[in-house]
Amino acid sequence: MTPQHKAWWLFAGIAVLLAVASIISRVLNARAKSESGRAVIANLNARVNAWWVMVAVLAVVFTLGKVATLVLFGFASFVALREFITLTPTRRSDYWPLLLSFYILVPAQYALIGYDQYGTFAIFIPVYAFLLLPAIATFAAETESFLERTAKIQWGVMITVYCISYAPALLLLNIPGYEGSNALLLFYLLFIVQLSDVLQYVFGKLFGKTKLAPHVSPSKTVEGLVGGGLSTTAVGGAMWRITPFTWQQSLLMSFVIVVMGALGGLTLSAVKRSLGAKDWGVMIEGHGGMLDRLDSVSFAAPIFFHLTRFFFA
Amino acid sequence: MRPSSEILVGIVKLLVGAYPRWIGCKPEAVQRLYFANHSSHIDTLAIWSSLPIPLRRHTHPVAASDYWGSGFRRYIATKALRAVLIDRVRAHADDNPLAPLIEVLNQGESLIIFPEGTRGKQPIPAPFKSGLYHLAAQFPHLQLIPVYLENLHRSMPKGAVLPIPLTCTVRFGFPLALADGEAKDSFLSRARDEVIKLAGANVAS
Repeated sequence: MTPQHKAWWLFAGIAVLLAVASIISRVLNARAKSESGRAVIANLNARVNAWWVMVAVLAVVFTLGKVATLVLFGFASFVALREFITLTPTRRSDYWPLLLSFYILVPAQYALIGYDQYGTFAIFIPVYAFLLLPAIATFAAETESFLERTAKIQWGVMITVYCISYAPALLLLNIPGYEGSNALLLFYLLFIVQLSDVLQYVFGKLFGKTKLAPHVSPSKTVEGLVGGGLSTTAVGGAMWRITPFTWQQSLLMSFVIVVMGALGGLTLSAVKRSLGAKDWGVMIEGHGGMLDRLDSVSFAAPIFFHLTRFFFA
Repeated sequence: MRPSSEILVGIVKLLVGAYPRWIGCKPEAVQRLYFANHSSHIDTLAIWSSLPIPLRRHTHPVAASDYWGSGFRRYIATKALRAVLIDRVRAHADDNPLAPLIEVLNQGESLIIFPEGTRGKQPIPAPFKSGLYHLAAQFPHLQLIPVYLENLHRSMPKGAVLPIPLTCTVRFGFPLALADGEAKDSFLSRARDEVIKLAGANVAS
């Protein structure tokens, strides 16, 4: 099968999964009796509907190719950064660093991937932006909480632009014997991360008793994490045919993705709460904001990228 | 909708979100006067973009001709937004600056106004000018809707060239009416309080 054929089969498979999810959530909707039960199901319905839209967008973008994929992720970074900065108290004197972040750093980072500049892509934000952002901020001549202000902007840019851009950067890798199939690797990463989130939610709702971190992320449970994480790892192992890995390697890789994704969810939840919010935004109905959907990706993508590059490229 | 309006609304939504929150009223096609706090040049665009298309078609922002009256800004204001331009400075002592607004209201259309008259630096609006009162007195059937724009003062502070992208919400409050024989000052401060109320607890006055 060509990579294109594999991709079509994958999307067809997901469509079947979503159809099943839609039917289940309709049935549950008809059965729900209590007020709180109905709220949970309404949220579930909204989530499933949003999934249809997100998968449709991804399918279109994958068909169109690399540029479309980069534009989509660039847009996602832009919106995620917008959510991050909205919740972060910034001042008028942060104007120029913020302008630089949105209008220069976001497009530049994705353009570097587009032009296959691995060396620059990997250090552009951690080195150049890291130094230039605070330097530009000094021109506003305000020293009041200078370190906190610049650190928050640097953090936002690192997570929402640098880390998220590692997902489409998988298209850059030269993996011997896997030429032309890199889009499948990106699909693999996104699928494992999101499936892990979904299965943790499902296992948590069905069997969840022990709170994992009540102060950081009240809805996460140990049962959800273990059950969802392990079943996702198993699914990831079974998907080895679309990857450059053997099934054992694929099992390990998906385990790493699941662990990093869970850590990303927890860490960004802590950041979000320290900024006094429950959701990052309101963009995707039922899910919250863009960053609520991409928090796990931002942690899993860089590690998955570098492990794959180190061992396979 | 005109293509220029569609493009403009798309850009505004990408940059500042402009998510509507219908708190005290629904987006209904009745004649209305929306009055809001004013802190940036994109306030007008944000409120207008947050309205559903059928309402947008019959709602005109009011813009100062000294800023919006010439060049590309004039094109945006008059063609894409179909704004009503008014003079902030009277050319003659007996000119009525509200005349263009009255004309549009007489046609049954809705308006967006910023009763502070100028852009403030604070999240809380400055005292209102009397235009709102005169229009309310002259058009008793007009629904007066307080609107609060959150975050836009951060997105585009005075002197800014480009807006900082932020998620801005546009909150529509409960309709307000001029009471029988209510004095101008008490009505204006009541109207201003309604806008402040929408700002919620996160902004200290």
